[in-house]
Amino acid sequence: MLAAIVCGLIFGAGLLISDMINPGRVLAFLDVAGSWDPSLAFVMAGALIPSAGAYIIRGRRPAPLLDDRFCVPANRSIDWKLMTGSCLFGLGWGLVGFCPGPAVAALSTGRWEAVLFVAAMLVGMCLYRFTANAFRTTQQIEVSPPPP
Amino acid sequence: MTELNYLWPLTDGLLIGLAAGLYLLLNGRIAGVSGLAAAAAGLTEDGDGKLGLAFLVGIIAGAWLAAALARKPEIVITSSPALLIAAGLIVGYGTRLGSGCTSGHGVCGLARLSPRSLAATAIFMAVAGATVFVTRHLIGVQP
Repeated sequence: MLAAIVCGLIFGAGLLISDMINPGRVLAFLDVAGSWDPSLAFVMAGALIPSAGAYIIRGRRPAPLLDDRFCVPANRSIDWKLMTGSCLFGLGWGLVGFCPGPAVAALSTGRWEAVLFVAAMLVGMCLYRFTANAFRTTQQIEVSPPPP
Repeated sequence: MTELNYLWPLTDGLLIGLAAGLYLLLNGRIAGVSGLAAAAAGLTEDGDGKLGLAFLVGIIAGAWLAAALARKPEIVITSSPALLIAAGLIVGYGTRLGSGCTSGHGVCGLARLSPRSLAATAIFMAVAGATVFVTRHLIGVQP
């Protein structure tokens, strides 16, 4: 629990300092035909360095420090759910410039726009939950490989 | 802007990646905010709601602390309430259907070279860019 809060703290601080919390900045990244602002690409590149390091370390460990197994999806098939969902997410993201992480972080500023967006996002997730039975597939979770 | 300015986003990104990496090595899970939010709201079967909620509280507190100590955020939102609601609904539904967003597929998935995340990231980046192109340059909804 405490570890999750600390990770969240660092994550939220990173989003704010990098200005990814600002939809104006994110839309400027997505606006390739306008006055393009590449900062999001640099934030993403910076984020991939420690993240990739952690996934390399993970491959050499039987379990995480505070749990008995890694809970990482093992599904590798690119199916219509993944593609349709990503299309929808891209559409919503491009409309206002909020994706889930920055929208949650923006709640800290008390802006009503962020509150409205996050509330609608949760309703959208509820809608998915109610319609998910129509195309349910069992989620594959990879159990940690045995230690070498 | 000079090139040196891009060193800052790069180093700021390190923080986000550090958080995602720590979450994996400590709690053994993917730091994907859409999945964490769904788990926190009790909308998943396999997610850990308490961990999800803890991470989300951390994000809000971390952003608040950084705003108080490091830099005051300048947040530009030009969207109307109706557009915010529509986009929120689409993002909520789409991230669940597609199993992830910028953090889960983008930061975590690309780092572990998941083919699904690579496809998802390419798709949502392209669609978001196309959406901005249409709304800004073709129909001029946004300034």
